[in-house]
Amino acid sequence: MADEKVQTKLLDELEKGPWPSFVTEIKKARKVSPVCDDLLGQLELSYEEKVGHWKHGGIVGVMGYGGGVIGRYSDVPDKFPNVAHFHTMRVNQPSGWFYTSNALRTLCDIWDRHGSGLTNMHGSTGDIVFLGTKTDELEPCFKELTEAGFDLGGSGSCMRTPSACVGKARCEWACYDTMKMCNDITHEYQDELHRPPFPYKFKFKFSGCPNDCVASIARADLSVIGTWKDDIQQNDAEVAAYAAKGLDIQEDVCGRCPTRCMKWDGKKLTINNRECVRCMHCINAMPKALAPGKERGATLLIGAKAPIVQGALLSSVLVPFVPADELMDTIKELISRVWDFWDEYGKNRERVGELIQRVGMGNFLDAIGLDPVPEMITAPRDNPYIYFKDEA
Amino acid sequence: MAVTTEQLAEEMYQMVKETMGKKNLKAGDLTKAMIAKYGEGELTKDDCKHAIRILMDSGRCVYSYFGGSFITLPHKEGSAPE
Repeated sequence: MADEKVQTKLLDELEKGPWPSFVTEIKKARKVSPVCDDLLGQLELSYEEKVGHWKHGGIVGVMGYGGGVIGRYSDVPDKFPNVAHFHTMRVNQPSGWFYTSNALRTLCDIWDRHGSGLTNMHGSTGDIVFLGTKTDELEPCFKELTEAGFDLGGSGSCMRTPSACVGKARCEWACYDTMKMCNDITHEYQDELHRPPFPYKFKFKFSGCPNDCVASIARADLSVIGTWKDDIQQNDAEVAAYAAKGLDIQEDVCGRCPTRCMKWDGKKLTINNRECVRCMHCINAMPKALAPGKERGATLLIGAKAPIVQGALLSSVLVPFVPADELMDTIKELISRVWDFWDEYGKNRERVGELIQRVGMGNFLDAIGLDPVPEMITAPRDNPYIYFKDEA
Repeated sequence: MAVTTEQLAEEMYQMVKETMGKKNLKAGDLTKAMIAKYGEGELTKDDCKHAIRILMDSGRCVYSYFGGSFITLPHKEGSAPE
């Protein structure tokens, strides 16, 4: 019936090739979800006409919350009545994206009862994304989600759902407990998550080490990236074992070190730790031989964003090192000053990184009461935003 | 605090009502207006946050999203089908 009803000549092109196809997956879901035919039909129409047919909903949501629901309506509801309303719900994911199979079944059952059954696991901010429901189904769905222990995530000018790498749950390089930090920040700032108070969105992301598996340096307004202060832990016997197995330590480890802080004389690896910039390359290349140091904590960085209103930004160092056990208190104290400044001077839809660009990093640091330190810049004279005054 | 949270909520509601259709107000705009009116020593941002929560939980106001999140009175969604 479905194939007869909807011709998807253009969409079918997206099923070719060895990679997964969302068209194939939606077609599979046709058997259980009546909205899929209309969804495919409307999308095919958009490809034919080269025009999008979704309208943005402005006020749909659940009682008391200003985030978590993204309203979508079709502008051709007569042709595709099953997707006349097609709202998205963002559900706050567990830290590190760990689920029991029972939890996943619960989520899917709820969504089968109240929505299209189509999900996106996960959205780019990390939420569980429920795709497509009607306005009348929002409250019942939210009720079932909360009864099952889930909550909605952020959208609009909220603090967005914080996300974290798997951290200490599965990774020996985690320099702090990312999952705990993500969970604690989520609970601490429930109001900011659900009731939009800011000029625009604000994202926290927690990476346990400089490999930055959640790409916080590129996407988070406040990136918390694990690092260490002392020397890289080194096991000489394991270094020798890597060499014996054929790893070209000179070429593939020392030769790729960005600061050339390592030497290999054919028997012994020597690291000048003062010059190490914690890029993780050597540790990634020889995980049994090298490991992050023992004095662990995190670097706080500010201002990254993907390109939407303006271009992409990478985050800048704000606090070079915070010991792991002081992280929560430091973030809370710092973020209140950052948010106060952004509240006062941020324009509508201006991310904090864009505000910093507009007013200058020097002024921003002054306003939040931080002194500039050398670790905030990549190299001398590269970032001329800090001027030292002569002290007469 | 010079006013109760309920009074604050009522004043914010009146502001939203008066500017409806003319200007979109964000939570920060309401907060700044109330602090400007009563003075920083009399009112905190947290007081304003609680007042906004009263408005939202009672359904007298709702959040809207049009290129940013604003506080508005409940109304029929313009883009919703009849």
